[in-house]
Amino acid sequence: MAGNAPTASEYVIHHLGHFNNSGHPQENIVDWSIINIDSMFFSIALGLFTVFILWLAARKATSGVPGRFQGFVELLVEMVADQAKGIVHSAESRRFVAPLALTVFVWIFLMNAMDLVPVDLIPMIWTGVYSAAGGDPAHAYMRVVATADLSAALGLSIGVLLLCLYYNVKIKGVSGWVHELFTAPFGSHPLLYPVNFAMQIIEFLAKTVSHGMRLFGNMYAGELVFILIALLGGTATVFGFVGHVVAGTIWAIFHILIITLQAFIFMMLTLVYVGQAHESH
Amino acid sequence: MNLNATLIAQLVVFFILAWFTMKFVWPPIVKALDERANKIADGLAAADKAKADLALAEKKVVEELRKARESAGDVRASAEKQASQLVDEARAEAARIIAAAREAAEAEAGVAAQRAKEALRDQVANLAVAGAEKILRREINAQVHGELLANLKQELQ
Repeated sequence: MAGNAPTASEYVIHHLGHFNNSGHPQENIVDWSIINIDSMFFSIALGLFTVFILWLAARKATSGVPGRFQGFVELLVEMVADQAKGIVHSAESRRFVAPLALTVFVWIFLMNAMDLVPVDLIPMIWTGVYSAAGGDPAHAYMRVVATADLSAALGLSIGVLLLCLYYNVKIKGVSGWVHELFTAPFGSHPLLYPVNFAMQIIEFLAKTVSHGMRLFGNMYAGELVFILIALLGGTATVFGFVGHVVAGTIWAIFHILIITLQAFIFMMLTLVYVGQAHESH
Repeated sequence: MNLNATLIAQLVVFFILAWFTMKFVWPPIVKALDERANKIADGLAAADKAKADLALAEKKVVEELRKARESAGDVRASAEKQASQLVDEARAEAARIIAAAREAAEAEAGVAAQRAKEALRDQVANLAVAGAEKILRREINAQVHGELLANLKQELQ
């Protein structure tokens, strides 16, 4: 940002632009031909890191005295296993749902935690790499928080939706589930079928959208606040510097709570929704 | 705030990661946790059992000590009894021996006295006869009075 300093608005917009396969930020609201390379990179890298760390602990897991690392992973496993046991009342489903919940928790926590990396650090490195490779630095877009990408967050929540549909069919059978779709929540009467069905569809939609949007909204807002705080420091005044340090510190500390909480909420809701798919109305 | 193919890719990644965790992470950790829980439960049970055993053993020790003390007392009492019995027996034996010895001595003394008496009687008779002979030699015919003297001698015996 040395040459021609961008305006605050340009800075923010640049920070919120994804590095995608089209080379410039997406213009349409929905465009299935575009994929965000930065979100995919960070989510896959952190996903692999997640399973690697968990696998490391699993590989050395013994019933003997655990080390600190193993103890920590076991603590996570116990926590998720306990929650899953209380919410999903099917031991067979838990065999998949509990590991899934663990993955989701750790993975989302790590993706959220990218928010705590200084907001300009990775984009600046990327700008250097991009321009060194012959690109226009103004087009070097990079966003590091994958969960602050609506597509990624909704991708996760739609995954949970698919899981719910799968378990609905698996537990209740196709006919049982279809029966439930038309008779719950108001009761079995031909006149009530359309209302019931509409309510069910709305329920699924609302669950999924709120599930993904909650995560996305929290992370997006958090990232935006970090960008604004960075802008404060960017004024290069004493006030700006002190403000940046104070506000940045406070917000980062507060954000530790938010990233953990959002990961936990996402995990819990995943379990709750899957658990609901097991219960007939 | 746009929707794009990232959604589908993320969804696929999501399930792959979950599958990996289900396959390679969850089972060994849960197994280890269960095993450790069992181990701890066993350990606690063993500790409880050991504690009970210890209490039992202590009780046994006290009991054995009490028994040993009792039997030691018995042994001492019987030993004392035996000792006194031995002393009594020895005393009785000694008394018996002394009595026997005295009896034997008395008998021997009696025999000796008898023998002495007899010898004495013989001598007295002889002396008397000799005395009488000396007196009568002159006045009495030995042949005449021989019968008389033999009678006297017989009588003295």
